[in-house]
Amino acid sequence: MPDSLPADSVGVVAPQTLHFDTPIELACGQALDSYDLVVETYGQLNADASNAVLICHALSGHHHAAGYHSADERKPGWWDSCIGPGKPIDTNRFFVVSLNNLGGCHGSTGPNSINPATGKPYGPDFPVITVGDWVKSQALLADRLGIQCWAAVVGGSLGGMQALQWSLDYPERLKHSVVIASTPRLTAQNIAFNEVARQAITSDREFHDGRYYDFGLVPRRGLMLARMVGHITYLSDASMGEKFGRELRDQAYKFGYDAEFQVESYLRYQGERFSESFDANTYLLMTKALDYFDPAYDYGGDLARALAEARCEFLVLSFSTDWRFTPARSEELVNAMIAARRKVSYSEIDAPWGHDAFLIPTPRYTDIFTAYMDRVAREVGQ
Amino acid sequence: MRPDLEIIQQWIQPGYHVLDLGCGDGTLLDYLQRERGASGFGLEINPEHITTCMSRGVPVIEQNLDTQGLGNFDDGSFDTVLMTQALQAVRRPDRVLDEMLRVGRDGIVTFPNFAHWRLRWGLALSGRMPESEALPYKWYNTPNIRLCTFKDFEALCRQKGIRIKSRRVVDGQHQNSWLARLWPNLLGEIAIYRITRENEQ
Repeated sequence: MPDSLPADSVGVVAPQTLHFDTPIELACGQALDSYDLVVETYGQLNADASNAVLICHALSGHHHAAGYHSADERKPGWWDSCIGPGKPIDTNRFFVVSLNNLGGCHGSTGPNSINPATGKPYGPDFPVITVGDWVKSQALLADRLGIQCWAAVVGGSLGGMQALQWSLDYPERLKHSVVIASTPRLTAQNIAFNEVARQAITSDREFHDGRYYDFGLVPRRGLMLARMVGHITYLSDASMGEKFGRELRDQAYKFGYDAEFQVESYLRYQGERFSESFDANTYLLMTKALDYFDPAYDYGGDLARALAEARCEFLVLSFSTDWRFTPARSEELVNAMIAARRKVSYSEIDAPWGHDAFLIPTPRYTDIFTAYMDRVAREVGQ
Repeated sequence: MRPDLEIIQQWIQPGYHVLDLGCGDGTLLDYLQRERGASGFGLEINPEHITTCMSRGVPVIEQNLDTQGLGNFDDGSFDTVLMTQALQAVRRPDRVLDEMLRVGRDGIVTFPNFAHWRLRWGLALSGRMPESEALPYKWYNTPNIRLCTFKDFEALCRQKGIRIKSRRVVDGQHQNSWLARLWPNLLGEIAIYRITRENEQ
């Protein structure tokens, strides 16, 4: 935590674990008899529970979206730039809920949790989870919190997919769906990147078919490679160029294979940090959820027909240099919404940071997001 | 209410699905949504305008007519396509008109008349590009790159098989004066045209 808390921070927050013991049926055909969800909330739920906003996390995210856990925490939650007093998702007006999804590795039930049937971690036996399963579990979470209808469901990237899925699966339970830097389905190239990441993990000799917990091991090398590949796709050529260029760690070429360029050492550092905090099986599971996501699938590939189910209003935002989920993919989604006559607003934000731009405040992004959420707040009398 | 909005709203039936090209800050769509129960979208490229639309709950899509056209809209998917004070700012107004009447059953267009007497007078007298309330720019920084007169517009419509269903001519304050009705091309500053395809009713 910084020496003094910024005025627009939600401050020190504490996650809570909610236990669910009614079985949840999953898309893969399996069920979880009981499970935990770790949740953080910011702001106050109003009397008629109409000011609740659900934040859906992306691939490696979790429940800690804003504020600080303790005095030792160096960095705030992953979306602190957008959640807090006076920020686009204004915690003076909204009750914000953020969770770690099922299958995650930050407290919610996932592959590294103990399987009650065996007394050992689930590992590879943990069922494959889909975006629809997450939305279902989030609806049960809403029930538990006494929220019948979200003022908005908001997410970036994989989180945006959840915000979109919400509009189709529970059309009466959200007023607005905010889909940022996302896509209606992955391209072959997207899936290819995910497959490289999964191969990096599964081919690590410490992976042991996903039962590495039993051996007290972690497939660090694989996780690190997976993250390095992912990380490259989240940045843009220009932003990497600006940050590192061809800068060397030392002055001259060494004609060897150590990390000589700054960018190499940065990627290794990021990969290593990630491999210390993230679970390999969760990474496999989350990337599969990305690959499977395709709301048009049940409608013969016709996204507009799928969207005819939706009742909420949509805000779709893309970023000019995002090559993982390009603006064209967002436009595809917007065009299907137009064809389905859904209420949608769309803007492509000019920002140099690639896919990661959705986590970085820029004036244009902040203005639009704030204007839209301000109206959502006014609608629910906040 | 602004007189031009008053005129336009008369042509919007309750529940109409409308597309507003260059919707600005969304004033017109906001009004049509609230007063006429219309649905639809605005297209806009100005960032401040887009933000204002979002703030007032007007669905707005960031889309550049010059570079992106209307290819993402299906044939006949709107009851009316509006374009107020934007025709003169697009690169190919002729193509935009075609597209308007492809995606909409009819269209409503307003633009400044370059044959208005004050502009003619200004050019004749000073020999310099005229400026007016409707055209408040210098020749080098104006967004209005395709200026035309009412006669030009109507000639283009004839050539394209576009039928003019109604025309109201107003002055710079959108007032509908009897003189402007009498000599529109000389005295009218802005015209509000309602157009459709020749074979449409």
